[in-house]
Amino acid sequence: MEAGIVSYGAYVPRYRIAPEEIGKVWGVDGKSMGKGLMISSKSIPGPDEDTITIAVEAARSMMKRVDVDPQDIEAIYVGSESHPYAVKPSGTIVAEAIEASPDLTVADFEFACKAGTAAIQACMGLVGSGHIKYGVAIGADTSQGAPGDPLEYSASAGGAAFLIGSKKVIARIDGMYSYTTDTPDFWRREGQMYPSHGGRFTGEPAYFKHILSCAKGMFAKAGTSPKDYAHAVFHQPNGKFPTRVAKQLGFSDAQIKAGLLVPLIGNTYSGAVPLGLAAILDEAKPGDRVFAVAYGSGAGSDAFDITVTDEIKSFARDRAPTVKQVIENPKFLDYAHYAKFRGKINLGGG
Amino acid sequence: MTMRKVAVIGVGDTKFGELWDASFRDIGIRAGLSAVEDANITAEKIDAVFVGNMSAGRFIEQEHIGALIADYAGLARDHIPATRVEAAGASGGLALRQGYMAIASGLHDIVVVGGAEKMMDVSDVASAFIQSSAADQEWETELGATFPSLHALIARRHMHEHGTTREQLADVAVKNHRHGSMNPKAQFQKEITRDTVIGSLMVSSPLRMFDCAPSSDGAAAVVLCPLDQAKKYTDSAVEIAGTGQASDTLALHHRRDILAFDATRVAAERAFKMAGVAHKDIDVAEVHDNFTISEILAIEDLGFFKKGEGGKATEEGRTSLEGDVAVNTSGGLKARGDPIGATGLAQAVEIVTQLRGKAGKRQVKDASVGLTHNVGGTGATAVVHVFRRF
Repeated sequence: MEAGIVSYGAYVPRYRIAPEEIGKVWGVDGKSMGKGLMISSKSIPGPDEDTITIAVEAARSMMKRVDVDPQDIEAIYVGSESHPYAVKPSGTIVAEAIEASPDLTVADFEFACKAGTAAIQACMGLVGSGHIKYGVAIGADTSQGAPGDPLEYSASAGGAAFLIGSKKVIARIDGMYSYTTDTPDFWRREGQMYPSHGGRFTGEPAYFKHILSCAKGMFAKAGTSPKDYAHAVFHQPNGKFPTRVAKQLGFSDAQIKAGLLVPLIGNTYSGAVPLGLAAILDEAKPGDRVFAVAYGSGAGSDAFDITVTDEIKSFARDRAPTVKQVIENPKFLDYAHYAKFRGKINLGGG
Repeated sequence: MTMRKVAVIGVGDTKFGELWDASFRDIGIRAGLSAVEDANITAEKIDAVFVGNMSAGRFIEQEHIGALIADYAGLARDHIPATRVEAAGASGGLALRQGYMAIASGLHDIVVVGGAEKMMDVSDVASAFIQSSAADQEWETELGATFPSLHALIARRHMHEHGTTREQLADVAVKNHRHGSMNPKAQFQKEITRDTVIGSLMVSSPLRMFDCAPSSDGAAAVVLCPLDQAKKYTDSAVEIAGTGQASDTLALHHRRDILAFDATRVAAERAFKMAGVAHKDIDVAEVHDNFTISEILAIEDLGFFKKGEGGKATEEGRTSLEGDVAVNTSGGLKARGDPIGATGLAQAVEIVTQLRGKAGKRQVKDASVGLTHNVGGTGATAVVHVFRRF
C-alpha cells in the first residue's frame, strides 16, 4: 500500500543563546567556537517547556493542516532522548492533547538523535500493512549539554510531528533503509543529568561512517544517486558535519540549504532531521524527491527516499506556521537566564 | 672488547592519526611486520625485541607491553627477550639506543625495535594529564603546570631574551605542515599559513593550537643487525654511526637556563663524537618539535644555529627542504603526528628513508648524514642518533 506523510507540524522554543555568551562564561573564544561549529545561536526551552510540550505543539500544528478525525489516529510514537519521565510515557499526553485517545497504541522511542525517524518507520509499517489508518511519529528533544562541555554550544530544543497515512499523501515514502552497529560514541545512563561522549570519536567512526553507509545503502536499494533529489537533509549536530557529509556523497550546497537549520537553532537531537524535513516540505513542489538520513549515537542511521506528490498543492500549509515562521523572532538570553531555564542552577531544597 | 658497528636493515611504520579501527597491538604488529619484511628476514632470525612506549597503562590500561608485542608478533614460542622502554617522549629514541647497545655489545645479532602509542581512546582532558606526567608531578603538574604551559614559559622567555617573534614560531608549523603535505603517512597533509597558526585557538599564551603537536595513534619500527652482516640481507642498509643520551633535572625551574636543553646539547656532542661528524655535516634532521618553540630550541641546542637565532633561521627558510639543514622532512611531530612512544622510531624511519634516497617528493638531495633528536619531558631526557649512508 502506498503510504507516506499526510501532514506535519514543527515547533522550536523561542529562546536563544549565542556561542559568544556561553564562551564568555567559560573563558572560551565563543565566536570562533561558533564559527567552527557553524552555529550562530541555539534554541533553549522556556521554564514551562519540555519534550512533551514541544511534541504537543508540533502535533497540534500537524492536525490544523488537515481535516483528519483525530479518532482515526491509531498509533502515536514519540522519539526523544529527553523524555521528561523515565517511567511514564510522553505519547499519552500528546494523544490526549490532540484528542486521539483512547483507541490507539502509544509508545515512547529512544535511539539518541534518531528516535524520531524510528517512529516514522514504525508508523510506515503499521499503515503500509493496513493495520492502522493513521499513525503519528514525533521527534522532539530538550537536549542536555554539561556546563562548559563543547556540547553546550550546540545542544538545543525543538521537534516535528508527522501524520503517516495512505490517503491524501503529500510526500510518499518510497523507500527506507537503516544501518546499525554497536558503536559507543555518546551515552547517558539512568540518573545522569548530562551525557558523556567520545570527543572526536563521535565524528569519523560514528556520524560519518553510519550516515555514509546508510546513504549508500539507500541509493543502492532505490537505484538513485544524489542528482535525482531536489532536497537532502542529514542529521545536524553542528553545521560542519552535514555540510561535509553532503559533499562527500555528492550533494550540492543548494540541495541541503532548505533543511539545514542547525546554524540558527543548534542541534535539536531527535528533532533535527524531522525539523529539517518539515522545512523542506514547507517549500517543496510536486515531483520533488527528498533524501533524508538521520543519525543516532550508539549508533545507527535511518534513510528515507521521499517523493512529494500533487496533493501538496491542495495541502493547507498556511493553517499552521512554517519552520521559518516558527524560528523567526527569537528572544536572546544571557547565560544566567539560560542556566536558570535549563535547571543548571541548584536552588537548594528543591 | 670493541663494540660492533650497527646498521638499520629494515624500517616500517603505520599511518599516524586517529586510527579508530586498530588496537594498540594491531598497530604495533603492523609496523613491526613491515620492518621485518623490509629487512628480508624471517621471524626465527629475531633475537630480541625492544618496544618504546610511554603510557599504555594510562592510555589503554595495558602494561607489560614487551611480552604483549612479542606474543602478537608470533614470537611467544621462541621465548625471545622482549623489553619495554620508557622515557616519556623519548621512549622511542631510547628503545632504539637499547637495541643499538644489544647489537654493539655482541649479545644479539638481529633486534627489532618498535615504538607505539594509542592515544585517541581517552578524552582530550585525560590525554593532557597523561602527557603532563612527563613533567615533575610534585613540583610542576600538581601545582597546575601542564605540558603546553611549561613550553609556553619557554617560548615567552625566548621571545623576551632573543626577540623571537610570534611569526617565527608560526613559521615552524608552516614549514612542517608543508613537509607533511608530501608525506602520505602524515596525520596532517594540508599546508597551512602563518594566519592559520596565529588565528588558531589559544592554548597557553603565546602557544596556540597550531603551535602544538597533535595527539595521535601510530607505530614505527626498525630492524637492526651488525653492520658487517647487513649486506647479507639488503643493499640499502644505513649505519647508525653515533648514539648519545643525556638527562637533566626533571623540573624545568631547576635548570641552569630554561632557554637551552642541555641534555640535547650533551647527547648531540656524544653522538657526534662517536660518529666522527659535526653539526655542519648533517644534511637532514628529525628533531623533537612537540611545540613550535621546541624546534627552535632544538636547532640551537644541536648546534645548527647560535642560541637565539633559531627563529630567524626558520623564518629565512634555512631549515626547510632546500635549506642549510632540512629539519623535520617527515612533517615532524607537528604534522606527521606524535604517538609518543612511536615518535623516536618514526624519526629513525624517516632518516633511513632519506638516506636511502626513497623519500619521494620530500627527498633531500644527496643526503648522506642524518640525525634524530628525541626529547622526554621538558628536556629531562634527550636521545640523539647519527645515521650515515652505507
